Amino acid sequence: MELLDNLALGFSVAITPINLIYAFVGCVVGTLIGVLPGIGPVATIAMLLPITYGLEPVTALIMLAGIYYGASYGGSTTAILVNLPGEMSSVVTVLDGHQMAKQGRAGSALCIAALGSFIAGTTATLVIAAFAPPLADLALKFDAAEYFSLMVLGLISAVVLAHGSALKAVLMTILGLLLGMIGTDVNSGTARFSFDRPELIDGIGFVAMTMGLFAFAEIAINLERASYPRIVADRISSLWITWKEFKQSFPAIVRGSAAGSVLGILPGGGATLSAFASYALEKKLAKDQSRFGRGAIEGVAGPESANNAGAQISFVPMLTLGIPSNAVMALMVGALIIHDIQPGPEIMTKTPSLFWGLVASMWVGNAMLVILNLPMVGLWVKLLSMPYRLLYPVILLCCAIGAFSANNNMFDVWIAVLFGFFGYFFMKLGCEPAPLLLGYILGPMLEENLRRALVLSRGDYTVFVTRPMSATMLLMATALLVVMVLPAIRAKREQVFQEG
Amino acid sequence: MIRNTRDVVAGLMFMAFGGVALFMAQSYALGTAARMGPGYFPRLLGFLLLGLGAVQCLIGLRSKLASPLDWHWRPLLILLTSVALFIVLTPVIGLVASGLVLVVASSAAGAEFRWKEALILGAILGAAAAALFVHGLAVPLPIWPDFAGRS
Repeated sequence: MELLDNLALGFSVAITPINLIYAFVGCVVGTLIGVLPGIGPVATIAMLLPITYGLEPVTALIMLAGIYYGASYGGSTTAILVNLPGEMSSVVTVLDGHQMAKQGRAGSALCIAALGSFIAGTTATLVIAAFAPPLADLALKFDAAEYFSLMVLGLISAVVLAHGSALKAVLMTILGLLLGMIGTDVNSGTARFSFDRPELIDGIGFVAMTMGLFAFAEIAINLERASYPRIVADRISSLWITWKEFKQSFPAIVRGSAAGSVLGILPGGGATLSAFASYALEKKLAKDQSRFGRGAIEGVAGPESANNAGAQISFVPMLTLGIPSNAVMALMVGALIIHDIQPGPEIMTKTPSLFWGLVASMWVGNAMLVILNLPMVGLWVKLLSMPYRLLYPVILLCCAIGAFSANNNMFDVWIAVLFGFFGYFFMKLGCEPAPLLLGYILGPMLEENLRRALVLSRGDYTVFVTRPMSATMLLMATALLVVMVLPAIRAKREQVFQEG
Repeated sequence: MIRNTRDVVAGLMFMAFGGVALFMAQSYALGTAARMGPGYFPRLLGFLLLGLGAVQCLIGLRSKLASPLDWHWRPLLILLTSVALFIVLTPVIGLVASGLVLVVASSAAGAEFRWKEALILGAILGAAAAALFVHGLAVPLPIWPDFAGRS
């Protein structure tokens, strides 16, 4: 049983004391930022990335991963108790979760959210273990042309699945690709778009850019809202569910885990999309749809399972193909590159302990999160009463020092300031910053593979459509684009995102 | 009369980025498809931004949806200024003091500003940052002011 051997290797890495400690730290930090509205996993991971430089790559990744899936646990607590999503991925949990809390069933809602997440997390761990190796094998057969087409497909589907205007998302991706060109061109040694600054020779600071776009700009947007809600629900009576409630929500958990496992792998997918899809599915399948929005337990169980499964599964394309599917995965790629590991199919063969250690740590982390979230929920609720005016200066200071420490250079902090300014503009103009980050990460790889493919074909562009696998992927990308433009589908897409 | 200002301005912004990229890429060798120079791919992206940005602009002009812009400069400018102060001041007055400056200055960005609270928070955070980042994580930043002017 190769699968079991692999998992055994993974667990032997994941349960070393140092990795357990960092998984725990990641889960605690993740829950914390998940509970607190106004700070997301992207900004947090960027903030903590410099701290991980001194760690082993697998330890660093275990901690950063814990932050990501921990945030989707914590986000549900806020959604249920305060009627405010702590994270984007728990937006739909608000609908029925808070209604349940109002009816005095907050304990059941919290319990089913944690239980569903744990079951989904376990499923996702097994799905990754089963499907990642064949995917990596497939990727090993890829040549430059296939890689180029795969990245194009990835970028385009990320756009289609993103929120808001698709054209703006395309434009943000292209802008990101251009930002990725900054620095020395490896083939000719020409410094491109470097404004004659020696600090830009190695490219624009990626930690600093992320902090500006995600942390600084987001704080500015948050501060515009006149008041910040601070309502905490009553005491939580019992943190357990009845057998009837469990029977009612178990099918939803299974369907949610499945939805997350399928949608998490798609570029642009991950936690948020999975949760939206699962809610729509549960509502459609319910005998009595009017219960939804009035405290239906399936409306909590499904999306909460889906967002956790989606969060974990989105590691698959990043680890096996080297293609990040969302902004958090783009940061993970950045983290790996900092540790001199090129994300891609070779990770599994060259550093199996990294890959399997990370996968096993996800299960360990999920078990920790159940403990963190159920008995300790009172503590998190207390944190919620901390006013935002005390919180954001902390984030700002940590970001400023974090940006400096990436290269021990104040220039990077200026970059963060500049991108804070840009980020505010982008958000005001309805342009999401996540596609820009994806483009930035994929830019150099996209150019390199385009070049290599065309060198091999002696400048013949048809190479992308004469090779079957490359042609298939480009065809899929084109189909997605065409589908996007069709009015009927466009309306449907808006509807899915507005559900809630 | 432009109603959807947001979309039009967004289109113009992307066109501007594309224009700048094309202008700067002029000096990079173009090469051929088989032997691409450093200017090939950036120029391709520049043209795409310019073209699709124009499309975005047109869509905005034709849109009947009213989507005006509402800027709130104050919070953004105060936040970014406080970080800029931090950048300039840290090498001179050290992290403990510059952390205090950043916290107090950025606190003014919110709706309510309380002097006493901001000062206390700033003092705590400045000291905590010095302990955690400089002592704990060995980030090379000065903790105290450089009185003797040795640097």
